[in-house]
Parts: sequence; structure tokens; C-alpha cells
Amino acid sequence: MSAYILLRHRDIPDLNQLDVYLKNEGFAAFRKAVTTLSPDEVTDIVKASGLRGRGGAGFPTGMKWSFMDKNNWPHFVTANADESEPGTFKDREIMEGNPFQFLEGVALAAYAVQANTAYVYLRGEFWQIAEQMDRQIAELEDAGLLGDRLFGKNYSLRIYTHLGAGAYICGEETAMLESLEGKLGQPRLRPPFPPSFGLYGKPTVVNNVETLTNLPLILQNGAGWYRKIGTERSPGPKIFCLSGRVNRPGNYELPLGTTFRQLIFEHGGGIPGDRQVKAIMAAGASSALIVATEEALDTPMDYESVPKLGAQLGSASVIVIDDTVNIDWVVNKTVRFFNHESCGKCTPCREGTYWMRHLIDRIHAGGASWQDVLLLKDVAAQIQGKCLCALGEFSVEAVLSGIERFEADFREAARDRQAEQPLLVGAGLRSDNG
Amino acid sequence: MGKLVRLTIDGIEIEVPVGTLVVDAAKKIGIDIPVFCYHPKLEPVGMCRMCLVEVGRPVFNRETGQFELEPDGSPKIQFAPKLETSCTLPVSEGMVIRGYTEKVQEGRKDILEFLLTSHPLDCPICDKGGECPLQNLTIAFGPGKSRFIYDEKQLLGKHIPLGNLILLDQERCIQCARCIRFQDEIVDDPVIEFSQRGRALQIVTFSEPGFDSYFSGNTTDICPVGALTTRDFRFQARPWELKAAASICQQCPVGCNLTVNIRREDKSGGAFVVKRLLPRQNEQVNEIWICDKGRFAYTYAGHDDRLNQPLVRKNGELVPASWDEAIDLVAERLSAAQGGLLTIGSGRLANEDLFNLRQLTTRLGGKTALYTHMAGGDLTAQVGVGQGTNFSDMGPGTTILVVACDLEEEAPIYFLRVKQAADRGAKLIVVNPRRTKLERYAAHVLRYPYGAEAAAILAMVNALSAKKPDLPEAVRDLNRSGQLEAAAKAFAGAENAVILFGGEGAGLESSHALAQGCTNLLVATDHTGRPNNGLIGVWERANNQGAWDMGFLPSSDLSGEIGNAPVVYIAAADPAGDQPALADALNSAGFVIVQELYLTVTAGQADVVFPAQSFIERSGTYTNGERRVQRFYPAVPELQQTMADFAIPARIGAKLGFDLEGSLANRVMDRIAAQVPDYAGVSYLELAEVTGQWPIVHRDDLFYGGTSYENTRGLGVQLQPAAQRGEQTPLGWVKPVEALQPAEGQLLAAPTTRLYDRGLTVRLTTLLHPLIPDPYVALNPATAASLGFIEGTIARLSLADGAAVEVQVRLDESLPENILLVPRSMGVPIAGLTTASLDVVERTYA
Repeated sequence: MSAYILLRHRDIPDLNQLDVYLKNEGFAAFRKAVTTLSPDEVTDIVKASGLRGRGGAGFPTGMKWSFMDKNNWPHFVTANADESEPGTFKDREIMEGNPFQFLEGVALAAYAVQANTAYVYLRGEFWQIAEQMDRQIAELEDAGLLGDRLFGKNYSLRIYTHLGAGAYICGEETAMLESLEGKLGQPRLRPPFPPSFGLYGKPTVVNNVETLTNLPLILQNGAGWYRKIGTERSPGPKIFCLSGRVNRPGNYELPLGTTFRQLIFEHGGGIPGDRQVKAIMAAGASSALIVATEEALDTPMDYESVPKLGAQLGSASVIVIDDTVNIDWVVNKTVRFFNHESCGKCTPCREGTYWMRHLIDRIHAGGASWQDVLLLKDVAAQIQGKCLCALGEFSVEAVLSGIERFEADFREAARDRQAEQPLLVGAGLRSDNG
Repeated sequence: MGKLVRLTIDGIEIEVPVGTLVVDAAKKIGIDIPVFCYHPKLEPVGMCRMCLVEVGRPVFNRETGQFELEPDGSPKIQFAPKLETSCTLPVSEGMVIRGYTEKVQEGRKDILEFLLTSHPLDCPICDKGGECPLQNLTIAFGPGKSRFIYDEKQLLGKHIPLGNLILLDQERCIQCARCIRFQDEIVDDPVIEFSQRGRALQIVTFSEPGFDSYFSGNTTDICPVGALTTRDFRFQARPWELKAAASICQQCPVGCNLTVNIRREDKSGGAFVVKRLLPRQNEQVNEIWICDKGRFAYTYAGHDDRLNQPLVRKNGELVPASWDEAIDLVAERLSAAQGGLLTIGSGRLANEDLFNLRQLTTRLGGKTALYTHMAGGDLTAQVGVGQGTNFSDMGPGTTILVVACDLEEEAPIYFLRVKQAADRGAKLIVVNPRRTKLERYAAHVLRYPYGAEAAAILAMVNALSAKKPDLPEAVRDLNRSGQLEAAAKAFAGAENAVILFGGEGAGLESSHALAQGCTNLLVATDHTGRPNNGLIGVWERANNQGAWDMGFLPSSDLSGEIGNAPVVYIAAADPAGDQPALADALNSAGFVIVQELYLTVTAGQADVVFPAQSFIERSGTYTNGERRVQRFYPAVPELQQTMADFAIPARIGAKLGFDLEGSLANRVMDRIAAQVPDYAGVSYLELAEVTGQWPIVHRDDLFYGGTSYENTRGLGVQLQPAAQRGEQTPLGWVKPVEALQPAEGQLLAAPTTRLYDRGLTVRLTTLLHPLIPDPYVALNPATAASLGFIEGTIARLSLADGAAVEVQVRLDESLPENILLVPRSMGVPIAGLTTASLDVVERTYA
């Protein structure tokens, strides 16, 4: 028995080989579901387990499935393997090390919503994983675990992989569906949500890789077993992607509700040179910056507690920032990232991230006044609440929290320019037209 | 109309149908919510975020199952913390919208500030300046001052040709995607798209040639900034210098409502010059769209080569003469001819012109002939679509049958509207000898061999009747296929059904048989005499229907009649230029009178030439394919020494002592109304009436609908067909034309219509020249291979009547085998289905 639920390959060698996976009760859950459970029973078990989406929003998985429009067929299941959030690298490890558990999870979700086709949408950089997965899917088909009339029952399923073209936005579920349809990866308006209008306009489940990987063991061991892990409202294990200024960065599969302190110091081995933790980003670049007070470090990482710190758990990509780092540098990185990744569909994000990038570049380069910092804050506030999708909203999280919570760093960055007025014309203003 | 929903917008209570968007509901009560990406004709996308409003909803108490109330008894309203986009928000019961609070105004300012960060602010040289939503909304809601450093703006392409007609200014573009969505949703030519992402997002075209669509000009109307401009108007004038006159397009039988923008300008010597044509809203006809031919092919009217004085042949030469001299001469010859007058007119003439020409001719005991290759105008007068017909009303329950017609080439806006109807759920049946774009939306596609169009329709009638008379050999396969019966049943079972018949492969005789077949199908299935039921002729010219109504009928032997006529009077037609056979006939005619805009080949053979006026210089009416009589107005002063086409016969008549009305077009219409029963009661006053149009496209809030003009000068009057007046329509005998059997080494040559041909109006518009192909014929690749032709081969085409021309061979796999597809008005004098041979002149490897 492995100490892990999701990262079982860490103590079961060669778990990414089908025969090894099968020897370790692989596809027993899927077989059990198809041969003994009704689709609704599967959904009910997942509902009872309290499993919440691991992609970032934490939406209850079973509830999402139950929203599938049963008057509109066919249904689709799509696995979101676009894993593009800076600081997130959990899905990659799952798909490389424990791919069959993930694929079994896809199959279980598909059975639960009676989809006969499932797609795994991988970010373009995962082309090697995709090639591997295509072979693994073929093996499953050869083994009779995917295909037509599975286990002699009237249920058929095919899984296909699809590679994105390298856009962060395609991790947003509706942009992913657009991309999967072969269109420009731009998010759709929501509502309607994918369970009523998804891929090709049909009801579609979009689940994260990690979420789906939970399913086989939930089905095998039951909802009660699962609920014993984690907290009351955030049950189950979570893979925390620890990065930044820590001694042992990496993926850590821990129960939800583990504190920041436990993750960073017990598991991550603390900060190099025993420096102070200054700030924490809990959800990659989309995070608000958490001031690393003692209280914050003792906060449990679950979907309810982190918001109390004015942040979100998101995909649990914990980036640790120590006191050698200036926050304006961090903000510069996140703003540049969002500027680069904005799809351009809605005005505030397209124009706002572009504007913020110019401002933070100047601030970070020391060419700006405090007024520019205030302008940056203004622009960020102007973006907030007006965007079409979450990307634009995420783009201001670090900016607003950074300026508010780490004002000194920005004061420092703007100290060289004493001007009280914001810069209105650039130093290199073109004078060729007089 | 569905259930009504009550909501409050800025204190005004309103009831609108369920599903209405908040932005439209507000518009209905005169509240303008500013938008950029939203357009009432397009699916909402919520991209620009300009239409943000505060939204309040009644508070529902789950425990009591009741809506909560305020102490004063009014419903308790909870406002959402975030602003919401009103263009994507359907109304709901009890909703309260606040469109002008401080928070909302602040939101609008924010969005405008964002848009302006990337905008070049080159309004002083921008064509849109003066009619620009971005400019107007910035003045209304925007920040007065820029906080964005000018140097940090992106410098992008200012003159990117997307196609031959449309240019893109990348700096001005605000990425609203209206153009992309129009091309995709409305006309299904998705040839432009976004490329890249974020601030690098740009419109690109990926068709070859670029922006390959007949509707591209419309994107410039709905573009809310100066990003898309037309090549003809770009940098030509400022919108506020322009005067507007209402007009009707004369390119095809749709009769799109136009606005002619004119300016009196120094560079043209102080003359009034047409600067551009824009659509004028008429939701019953063209909505707010026009095709590119209608938009751009107007320069002919102001061309330098216009005839500007009467010409009289003296000593074999045409020499200038005074009007009096020319009229005297004509009057003298006409009285001497003693009834031997043949008057030929075309559908390019207005009703008033045709009426007066007909009056003059009949009083002289002469004969009139309509210059056309299509018959059936008598039948559309009987079973044409009923008064009140509107394609916009067609959806589920309606079946539309399109036969022998490449609708997008023959009448682009009919194509657009039929496609929209099919999108809404109307069943479309396409019956055509080759594949056309319209088939993409068809529920049933029936294919017949060229020449068997009437037989195909007859087969549909037979499929519905107990008696099954013998069918011509050509459609027996089709008849056995089962598809035909399914289509016939879909047609018969429809609540409403219309038929559009066109000119694909048509000559006069076959066209008559086809129209009669269609009539029989309509009568047999009881689809006549009601709105959205009946027959529509997709005529070759704008006013063919009016010509039939005024008494001009096609002649089955035009060449013979011309050759034997002592006097031939030709108006707005160029038979000699079109067909060498008719030129020969004209040579043997007696005295030839021509009234024209230009010295055409026919005019060159005349004895007297009268200079006529173009449609932008005068008043008149056209009757469109749906038998809607529409009025056009003078936009520019007439060219001196010219006369309106109706005034010339009136003046001749006056000389001969006939009482013809030649002073004003509206007085001619009064006479038409008195003498032509179908037009009883029609007056210019009635034609100028306007009823409410939705969506509301006004010039003062350009952001909502675009620069298309509001209609203030008349929606026209749709005539009642005889069937609607309760008259019985007898079934006519349909005699399908006999199948032509090409001899050994010969092919069947079928005429087809291309939108951009070498007709007068297109030829004289230099802007369109690159779009007009060289004379060509098209062949199926297999046929071409068997005959030794490849794409680009120069060949000599010899038609059965002896005419021969050099053409280029093109390959088209959508064609049936052993067919030569020959575009009309493209240098090949083809009148109808005929046999021909093709011989290699030169092979070029393109």
C-alpha cells in the first residue's frame, strides 16, 4: 500500500507501465463502475466524497457533473492538462509517472456523465507526454479497457489527446473548448457553462488532471475513506507545487488543510540561508501576495482558510518569496506574464495589461515616480471587475496586493524620481514633427 | 412573439419579449447604452465591455417562496456588486437597470481610457471622423485627458489592404470583431480573422484574393472606428461635408435602398460629385446591407464619356444636334412609319420611362419588347409573393425553393436574406444543375441536367399528385431518387413557401416553362395570395418586373422583329453590343432611335441618339423581385442637355399631338396608378411613407448600428399579386424545352451570371476592374482532360449561331461533365442554352 493517493508512482516502481498499474488494482474501479454501478451512483459517490476541482476554482466535482444537460446529447468529457500557471507542475508529474490512474479517472468521469468520447487537452509543450499518452491509450484499447462495449456492457469510450499551441488562456475552460474545436483560443461568455453548452455546443465536463486522478481510489475505497483526509469542507489530498526561495522545491502530496509553515519548513526544508519568508503566492502568478506573518504561516491551506488572508488557494502553486526579493520585481514578472498571455478579446485585459506592463517596467527600472505607482494601482483597479474571463481579473491580483501590502518596496523603486507629477511624455518623445 | 417580461431601466418601466437583451430593451425606450462590439444584427460577444450597467434583481426568499418586499411594499431589489455587460444580458422579470449612475459612467470612462491608450487619435485625418462612435462616445463619457504616455503606443500598419476594396488601419482597430463576425455569421464568408493575441491581436485575411467576399463593404459601415475603410471613399471627403439623397440600387432585382452621399467640390470644378454610396435601412428589403457591386459600381453615372447632347446621323456620321432638331426628325419618321415601330426597353429603365415609352408606342400602333433572357413577369404578377412578404419573417414553417439560380451571383442580398431565413429554421430547397454556395444551408438539394429545370419542377408537382404523367428523360433519375419526393413534400407541407427562380442556363423559352412550372407548384400546393408565399423572379435587371407590369414583354424572335421594323426605338439596352446577330438585324432595320447614357455599340448604329439621365440625377420608381415599388430621388443636378428617359418619349409624343406626361415623374406615376390596375392607388406620397424600423439605426448614435442611413424617404409599397386579390390562377401548360443534343465534338454551352461582369456599370468602375475576370468558360476537369484542355488554355469558342470568341479555359469540379459554363456579359454573346465547340488556340501553363 502506497503512502500516496495521487503520486503513487513515487513508491511503486514502473507504475506508468500498464501491467504494473493493473497489478496494483488498476482499472478495478472503472470495471466496478461500468459493471455494477449506474452512472448516477458514480456521481453520487463522488458528490459524497466532497472532491473539489483541483484546477483552481475548487468547485465540487460531483455537482458539476450533475449539471450536465440530460436532454442534449452527446456528452463530452475533457481533461484540462493545459497546466500553464507559473509555479504549477503537478499534472505533468501525474501524467508522466502515474498516467493510467489519470486515464482511469477520465474514464470514470466519462462513464458518470455517459460520454463516449473524452479529450485530453495538453499544453503544446507537453508533446512528449502526448505521444506517450497516445501509446498508453492504444494499450488500453488493446487490453479491452477502452473501446466499444466495455466489459460486455453497453458502454463505449474513446479517449483522444489534443495539443494546444502554447497559450495560457487555453487553460480557461471555455477557451480550451474553443481551441479544441480548432478555433482561436479565446474564452466564451459564461453562462452558458460547459455542462449545458460545451464542446461543439454539447454538454461537456471540464476537469483538471489532478481532480480526475483522485477518482479511481474514491471509487475503490469509498467516499467515507476519502473524507477522512483533509478538512471537513476541503477533503482529500492535494499536490502542493512548492517553488521559489525554498531548499527543497517540488511537488508535495499532502492533505488539504496542511499549513504553509508545514509545507515550507517541514517538507520544503525551509529557506536557503535561513532567511525570512517575506511573501507567499499560493496560486502561482494569479495570486494575491500574502504577507508572511506568523499567523499567515499557520493558516491551513484549504479553500476556506486562504481567502481569509485576502488570497486564493487556486491550483496550490506555492511560490515562496524571501526578504532578498523586491516585490516590484515580483509584480513586474506577473504583469509581464499576463501581458504576454492576454488573449486580447476584452478591452480591459488587452489594453490594461499592456499599460500595466509599461508602468511596472518603468517603475522597476527606476524611471518612475510615486505618482506612476499610484497610476499603476489605478489602472489595475480599473481592470478589476470588468473583464470577460478570470485571466484579466487575475492579472491585477499581485499588482494591487503588492502595492497595498508592500508599499515600501514600491517607495524604494520610485525613490530616484522626486517628481510629484506622473510622467506624461516619455524621455524619448519623438520631435520629428516639431 | 413570446412571453413579455417587465423590467425597469433608468426609472422607466417597459415590457419586452422574453429573450430580449437589456441593451435592446433600453434602445426601445430611447435610452442609449453605448456599445462597440455589440451590433443588433450580430450575436452578442461581450468583448469591448463598453455596455456595462448596474443590474438589480428582485430578492427571492427561498424559505417563504416569495419575493421580499421593502417596507413601502415595493419589491426589494439587490444590485450585483460588479457591473454587467448589458449586451449579453437577457431581460428578466422585475430586473432594475441603472444605465447612468456614477459607477456606470466611471466604468465607461475606464473602458474608453483603455481603448484610447492604443488609439492613434488621428481623427483629423480619419475618414470616420465626424461619424465615429469612438469619437462620439469619448466626448460623451471619456476622460478629457490622457494618462498614457504617447511614446508607449504601438506603431502599426496604417494602409494594409485586406482586399482590393477594403483597407485596414491596424492602429485604429479596437478589436471589436464586428467585421469578423459579420463575415462569419451573416454572409458565411469567414475570410478574415484575428491573428496573434493580446495587444498584438490583428485582423488578417486568409483568402486568395484577399477579403474575397461580395459583402466586404458592409464591414466598413459597422466598423465603429476608422479601421476599415473603402478604397473609393478613403481620404476623399469629411462626412459633415456630405449631403445625402435617398436612392435605390439598380444593379439587381433586390432593390436595395441606398443613400447617395454627394459633395460640391472645387477639385471637380464646382460640380456636385457622388462621394460614396451607403445602405439605407429598409428591413423589408435589404435591412442595412448592400453588396459590393451596389456600393462601388456608381462611377459610371458621372463618367466623362456620358452623352451630353442629341446626335443625328448626317451623311453616315452621327453629329450633334439640338433637341428640337432631333425630336422633329424622330416625330416625322414615326408618323411616316404608320405603326411600324418596335420599341425595345430594358429593366434598367424606371416604371415611368417604360410607361411613357409604351404609351407612345401603342398610340402609334407599334409594338414593345422587353430586352431580357428571362420570362415569367406575367406569372409573378399573378402568383408573386403576397403583400406583406418579408424574408426577415421567414423561419420555421417556411420553405424556400431556389431554382436555376446561383443566388449569390445573381442577387447577393437575396442570398444573404435566404441564408438568414435558413439559419432561423426555414427549410431551403436548392434545385440547380451545379453546386452553388447556397447549398450549404439547404435541407434538400436536387440536381438536374442543364435545360431540364422546368422538368425538375414538374417532377416535384407530379410527386405530389396521384396522376403521374410521363416525365422527360432528363429528370427520370432524379424522379426515382426519393430526394425529389422528400423535397416536394417539404414544400407542400410548409405553412409558407416561396420560390425564387433565376437565370442559370436560361433562355427565354426555358425560362417561361420554368416560371410556369413554379406557378403550377405554388398553385397546386396552395402557396399563393398570402404574405411570404409566392413566386419571385431573380431578374437580370432591377426593374424587369416593372417592365412586365408596364406592358413590355420579351419577344421570341427579337432579331427577326428588329430586322423587319421600319423604326426601332431602343432605350437603355445594347443589343448590338451584346450579340453580333442583333447588330446584323439592326443594320437591316429602318430608322433606329436610341436613348442611352453612353455611345454604346447600338447607339453607334443609330440614326438618332438621345442623351438620357442616370438614376442619380432624377426621380423614378423601380419594382423589385418581390414586387415592391420603390422610389429613388435625384442626388445630383442633371447633366446639361440630358433628359430623363420618361421625358424623351413624352416630348416626342407632344410633337405628335399625344397627351403624355413628361414634366414630373410623380405625375407619370399618377397616370400609371390610373391606368395600370396593379398599380392602382400608388402615389409618390405613399411611396415615401416610413413605418418603424427595428433595430433603430440613427445617424445620431452611430455606435448601435453603424453608418447605414436611417430611412426617412420611404419603404416603398408592395403590390398585391392577382392571387391575393382573390383572382383564380389557372394552371398553365408546362412544356419543357426539348433537350439539346450536342453533335459529335460539341458541348452543351450554358449561360450563367457572374456578379462582376463586363456590363456597363461594372466596366466603367475602375475600382472593380481587378475583380472582373478575362473572358472565360468553365469545364469539369474530367471533360477538360478528355478534350485536352488544362487550366488557362486559350481556346476558340464557336457557338451554334456562328459567333466565335477567344476565351480562357477554367476548370471547375462543381460542374457536370460535358458542360461548358459561359458567363453572360463577359465577352461571349450567349443568349441561352446552346451547343458549341471549343478548339485549342494556345496552351499556357499558369
